[in-house]
Amino acid sequence: MNTKSSYEPVIGLEVHAQLQTRSKAFCGCSTEFGGEPNTNVCPVCLGMPGTLPVLNINLVEFIARMGLASGCSIAPKSVFARKNYFYPDLPKGYQISQYEEPICGPGGVEIDLDEDRRKTIGITRIHMEEDAGKSIHDIDVDTLVDLNRCGVPLIEIVSEPDIRSPHEAYLYLSRIRQILTYLGICDGNMEEGSLRCDANVSVRPMGSTTLGTKTEVKNMNSFRNVERALEFEINRQIALIEDGGTVIQQTLLWDANQNVAVAMRSKEEAHDYRYFPDPDLVPVLVDEESIARIRKALPELPAPRRDRFVKELGLPRYDADVLTAEKEIADYFEASLNALPADARKRKENAKAVSNWVMTDVLRVVAEKKTPIAEFPVPPPHLAAMLGLIHDGTISGKIAKDVFEEMLATREHPKVVVERKGLVQISDVAAIEKIVESVIASNTPQVEKYVGGNEKVFAFFVGETMRMTKGKANPGIVNDVLRKKLSARKR
Amino acid sequence: MVTKRTTLDETRRALESGATTVEGVTSGFLETIEKGKRLNAFLSVFQRKAIERARDVDRKLAAGKAGRLAGMVIAVKDVICMKGERTTCGSKILENFVSLYDATAVARLQAEDAVIIGKTNMDEFAMGSSTENSAYGPVLNPVDESRVPGGSSGGSCVSVAAGMAHAALGTDTGGSIRQPASFCGIVGLKPTYGRVSRYGLVALASSFDQIGPFAGTVADAAAVLQVIAGHDELDSTSARVPVPDYNAALTKEIRGMHIGLPQEALGTGLDPEVRQAVEQTLDRLRGAGAVVEEITLPHSEYTISTYYILMTAEASSNLARFDGARYGERAPGVRDLAEMYTNSRTAGFGAETKRRIMLGTYVLSAGYYDAYYRKAQKVRRLIQDDFFRAFTKVDCILLPTSPTTAFRFGEKADDPLQMYLSDVYTVSANLAGVPAISVPCGVDGKGLPIGVQFVGKQFDEPTILKVADALGSL
Repeated sequence: MNTKSSYEPVIGLEVHAQLQTRSKAFCGCSTEFGGEPNTNVCPVCLGMPGTLPVLNINLVEFIARMGLASGCSIAPKSVFARKNYFYPDLPKGYQISQYEEPICGPGGVEIDLDEDRRKTIGITRIHMEEDAGKSIHDIDVDTLVDLNRCGVPLIEIVSEPDIRSPHEAYLYLSRIRQILTYLGICDGNMEEGSLRCDANVSVRPMGSTTLGTKTEVKNMNSFRNVERALEFEINRQIALIEDGGTVIQQTLLWDANQNVAVAMRSKEEAHDYRYFPDPDLVPVLVDEESIARIRKALPELPAPRRDRFVKELGLPRYDADVLTAEKEIADYFEASLNALPADARKRKENAKAVSNWVMTDVLRVVAEKKTPIAEFPVPPPHLAAMLGLIHDGTISGKIAKDVFEEMLATREHPKVVVERKGLVQISDVAAIEKIVESVIASNTPQVEKYVGGNEKVFAFFVGETMRMTKGKANPGIVNDVLRKKLSARKR
Repeated sequence: MVTKRTTLDETRRALESGATTVEGVTSGFLETIEKGKRLNAFLSVFQRKAIERARDVDRKLAAGKAGRLAGMVIAVKDVICMKGERTTCGSKILENFVSLYDATAVARLQAEDAVIIGKTNMDEFAMGSSTENSAYGPVLNPVDESRVPGGSSGGSCVSVAAGMAHAALGTDTGGSIRQPASFCGIVGLKPTYGRVSRYGLVALASSFDQIGPFAGTVADAAAVLQVIAGHDELDSTSARVPVPDYNAALTKEIRGMHIGLPQEALGTGLDPEVRQAVEQTLDRLRGAGAVVEEITLPHSEYTISTYYILMTAEASSNLARFDGARYGERAPGVRDLAEMYTNSRTAGFGAETKRRIMLGTYVLSAGYYDAYYRKAQKVRRLIQDDFFRAFTKVDCILLPTSPTTAFRFGEKADDPLQMYLSDVYTVSANLAGVPAISVPCGVDGKGLPIGVQFVGKQFDEPTILKVADALGSL
């Protein structure tokens, strides 16, 4: 019997997202990443004696967007709490967070198990907190502390234990990331730490409704690591139980190099955070009007947008998924489509043509060059103009590939490229006839083969004709003329 | 050592007549500080800087461009930050700590041309009622040098009582301005919570702490409050309530004013001589036309326990930052992080500070939070409600400031509970967040000052300033 399939994993995720506010959560310091250590700091975020936090109000706006986008209720009153623990990168000896009264209450987001099956993962709460600084160990001198990140605003999104597999965890995390980036409140970069994820994991016999003892897995700093670490931990727990052992509640750190999750020493995790309401901050009050205003200003979210691409633009589900994976890509696609002439943009084959170009050529270059799409050298109107040139026969689809490369290199309008490089397609039948005749005249052996019944040689004549015209000949006309002229030889 | 005190008004008249200069006034105070060194009131004295500041103010006065406090010389409790100056909080752990910035209250005083003359001694981190808990030695009461000046703002109080400054800033978390004022026979005001910015005040208990003035007269206390009061963007808990003209309230007219006397106020534990002085005060107030009404503050018996749970909880968290990692004293020769914390804090904090950190840590701990912290928060609300209910009937409330007059050094130092009980009349105003002022109302058989306090409605400092001022001339 397959032991693994007789157990059901139960997973809940805690996702920390760094908010892209310009200044820190409780002082005016810049949140910019990558500055010289300890330069984006002031007495407040250094926790100097006597300083007081003052809430950056943008934080409330940002988290409310996330709350509303994930179906959460927004508390009219929420309270900051102090989470007390000692660490050198925590200057006040406590982190300002929220505890008993978070700003966002229960909600949920939908994930797509496959093309047809959707599942809602419940969200328990979302709250605001400040980041700690960064401790740099493993160097000769001593431990060094960089407090630039200290006080940068974070939100913590806590899911219900609704996730049933590492893959579902991956899908959920991707969806959370997608929503955050659509809302423009987090850059979603797991490697740089602007998106972090901890997991609570337990297993239970299939069909059981009670929860097993859970462990917490931390330090999974990429999407792939989340899946691998969960896979590891689930297998570890099942093996333990199968061997007659019991799971103990503990925290494990994922080691991506060794592919193992290692338990922290119990002393390190024996924290009593002694949460209590922070008396330096007043409760956060959010009125109905603000909630309505924020809700109204929400952008179209990824799932509805994908569904619209399928329904209204007639795109295949696969295309719609790829295009809406990131807001900037979807925006680029739609801007390109909308830059087509009004009659052209309504036709479904054109939506598919734009989709093909974006999915293959644009995304390939984006991936290769790692340039953000906002800085892509071919802006949507240029891409649309190029499609127009294909459509009206000025250039062939094949030439378009060369034009596109040139547009990438020079940022020029396609018309400029086509004219400068003389890439206008030759569609003049008489001109093509002349060239075809010379090809036939100078390749007698191949002509004889063709006349002798070898149809394959036809491609040779097409190639030769294209070579003579540097690829500019209209392929359809070349075909027609060749067929006609060669057939004449047969008789 | 009792030196004649000078009021701001007297100094102003002398300045106007040309009889003195701000520099002359400042030099005079500096001399008194030097003479009274044994009182140990100051931890830093700004000999040179204060004189330079005074000369600046003299130039401004000559040019007719001086601020509202020109001529006033003020001492500041060493728990309030001044840029470039040491801020020890009376603790060894901050022995060489220099602040990077000015507290808002200090900046406002300086903007109005007050001269800051020095930083004053205090109980470590404002924890104490006698100033015996300073790492830099106790402060002596100038009335009787064998006795404590009260605390925790003992140094600030003594600087004014001994004529070393016109006024001083203290901080009052559970009575730390009013109790020493009563022990030394001067005026001490704790404003409404949120009236004065706490930015730059090294926190003991954030939901209780308020900066307030000590002065020889109610008028001088009002003049200082006028300048330091008002909303501050750097303190979210500072109130956006307009600041009234406090001096205009000092009409001495209290006819028809309703003064509440809590029936719990004159109960057990109150020194008979203090009780007598309070009763005589009530008679004088009645004589001036005030109406004294008996009221009730039914939860009075819970004030000390409620206060000591909440204050220690907040303190345990507020003091976590003193860990030897970034500033302050770090214990030498430590092997690891835990040792750095343990050794630095063990060596840096005094006994009372450690006691309160432990108590506060305990009441916030898992399993005890509900029984202590949460319950105390609920009781605090009941105590607040007691006051709000009382203020529907009366304009202000009269209470003794302290159950006794100044006690001798060492008398209560070994018995924390007795020491805590000396706050019994003062902590309720901090729990309720309402303003209270202590003014002298007599002396006991030994000649020791007795104080009485008036507690007002939130942001109604004018009423308590008015009655306190009127009492002084009855």
